[in-house]
Amino acid sequence: MTDIAAPASAVLSPPRAPLALAWLARRAEGVVIPLGALLAGMALFSVFLLLLGKSPSTFLELMWRGGFGSWFSIQNALLRATPLIFAALCVALPARLGLTVIGGEGAIVLGGVAAAAFGHWLGNAPSVIVLAAMAAAGMVAGGLWIGAVGALRHYRAVNETISSLLMAYIAIALMNHLVEGPLRDPASLNKPSTHPLTEAARVGPIPGMDVHWGLVVALLACVACWLLIEKTRWGFAARVAGGNVRAAQIQGLAVGPLIVGFCALSGALAGLAGMFEVAAVQGSANASLAAGYGYAGILVAFLARQNPLGVVPVAFLLGGIAAAGGLIQRRMGLPDATILVLQGMLFIVVLMSETLYGRFKCFDPDRWKRAP
Amino acid sequence: MTDASISRRRLLQSSVAGAALGVIGAPFTARPARAAGATVGFIYVGPKDDFGYNQAHAEGANALRGIEGIQLVEEENVPESVDVQKTMESMVNLDGASLIFPTSFGYFDPHVIAVAKKFPDVQFRHCGGLWDKAKHPMNAGSYFGYINFGQYLNGVAAGHATKSKKIGFVAAKPIPQVLLNVNAFLLGARSVDPSITCQVIFTGEWSLAVKEAEATNALIDQGADVITCHVDGPKVVTQTAAGRGAFVCGYHASQAPLAPEKYLTGAEWNWATVYTMYAKHLLAGEPLPNFTRGGIADGFVKMSPLGPGVPDAGRKQFEATLDEIKKGGFSVFKGPLKDNKGNEVAAAGKAFPETAIELESMNYLVDGVRGSTS
Repeated sequence: MTDIAAPASAVLSPPRAPLALAWLARRAEGVVIPLGALLAGMALFSVFLLLLGKSPSTFLELMWRGGFGSWFSIQNALLRATPLIFAALCVALPARLGLTVIGGEGAIVLGGVAAAAFGHWLGNAPSVIVLAAMAAAGMVAGGLWIGAVGALRHYRAVNETISSLLMAYIAIALMNHLVEGPLRDPASLNKPSTHPLTEAARVGPIPGMDVHWGLVVALLACVACWLLIEKTRWGFAARVAGGNVRAAQIQGLAVGPLIVGFCALSGALAGLAGMFEVAAVQGSANASLAAGYGYAGILVAFLARQNPLGVVPVAFLLGGIAAAGGLIQRRMGLPDATILVLQGMLFIVVLMSETLYGRFKCFDPDRWKRAP
Repeated sequence: MTDASISRRRLLQSSVAGAALGVIGAPFTARPARAAGATVGFIYVGPKDDFGYNQAHAEGANALRGIEGIQLVEEENVPESVDVQKTMESMVNLDGASLIFPTSFGYFDPHVIAVAKKFPDVQFRHCGGLWDKAKHPMNAGSYFGYINFGQYLNGVAAGHATKSKKIGFVAAKPIPQVLLNVNAFLLGARSVDPSITCQVIFTGEWSLAVKEAEATNALIDQGADVITCHVDGPKVVTQTAAGRGAFVCGYHASQAPLAPEKYLTGAEWNWATVYTMYAKHLLAGEPLPNFTRGGIADGFVKMSPLGPGVPDAGRKQFEATLDEIKKGGFSVFKGPLKDNKGNEVAAAGKAFPETAIELESMNYLVDGVRGSTS
């Protein structure tokens, strides 16, 4: 998490000790507080386990071993993190404009269906062309869906949180309709699916790993989103509009296109998640696409404080927790809901920790700028 | 960035877990005991206590607890995505499982196939009958049961209990497996009284509590007084129907504890038969059958004990039909039979045994069922 701050070092004026300390103090706050919150959440959860008569240390040991402790576990965590990263970006980008979009699930399933349809139609073309077309189709489908949420928000004043959630249900119903109707492979009797994709339309694993190429694309997407928000004028405009829409409008910023554009981009990223689910995992589109990644992504984005680079370690952490969740169920005889309790506790503690920002004097840059 | 997380985890682990290690000893640091016997893994798509599909499998798995030499590992709420692949691999890598039962229908293609190819020494048996010798790895396989005879028997009980001559069916999706059950339920009821009709409502999802409750209420509002269903967890349908005073026929597992007065009977899976058979082969070092199927006569499916709502005449006919099914050669689908659009689906004299391949692509509702497949 420390390297969230790293690229900013280039911007620094000549390194004078107090200035460097001030910079460090400002950046450290965003790392220390969430980490502290995670630790507090773990402690709280340990109390919960003790109340159930289970051993917190066994829990931590299994969590370590199942999620992070071996090459197998790390790959397991990374694989589960991949769709979470895309889904989290779908929440984090609109959040910079002050919008709370929670319907990424809809963009994921529609992106998956669109990608599967194009993958089938172009199944015999060269792999590069098929995959490019599938990615484009997935991104357009997801982009239109969340872009519509942004348009409803700006032009018709419809609350984006509610509309995106409700549109996710519509998206899943639409997927069911397409998969059970026009796009159905007649051979898929008891599990309606689209036609299976050809080899050319499949995404393989990264050489030497068990994780598909979607992970690389997801990491690139995070960097690109961070650059977009922090280093471009569109990102600056978005942050201004997110801070105060009126002020942005008075400045002459085109707030409407900005909102629709950011929402469409975030939907496109979620659509890409659907495309990779279809091309790398499922091999066709069907009801299994609605696996809840869109909702898990909300948690990731909030834990990462809507920072596209912060999304990466948080998604890895939650991927690892999910990977370890199975081992914990199997060894400790705890129900699956235990992991949900843990996630819930972490979520609440991290949200509560938001109130701590600016309260610790040691994080105040001015304190360090003044010569001691 | 990953490094940051790992080192934090390591720090956390060594400080907290390390302190406690001395207290509890270190039983968990050793690799899982593979010693004598074998580890068998079960994977469920929903909760183990859903009063439905998953509970039926978990009850079957429970039968293995009594068998010496069998270690049971279970994981619930595993989605039909890369999650299930990783759960299977984790059971092999971390638990040393040598036989795995991924129980949800949607796990098979591509997940079970992919993992079975990866671990040729581990056996995979999937519930659903999808395995094909020509296409799929030999260390995988399928087992399934013919449960529509159970829905036929449900229909017999319902036919005797209904006063309005209208019965209702809450169904998930219009796929062959579900249509077979809807049709069998109506045909069972019509064996009692040919004037009975059955209204079906499809919710579109395997597990969607709100729509299941709405569908149940809608069926009762339209006059149905016996309700059954084919969704993953019949709990909501059972409680909603019984709460409105209608009778209920169960599915997957027994829902009798939810509505003891209103529960007539139910078509239950009896997976213990299948799982015990596999476990015994495994312990004896014998090859496991790749493909297993059976119905009521083979002990794959059983009926819940009849509830107080079934009148004496109903009990008699129910028992007689059950005996006939157990004898073998019974047909639920026999001509002359029309679908509910008036097309003939079986000519007079034609009868399909439960194993008939034609039934597996059923795409119609029979005459007397009100509803549409699309």
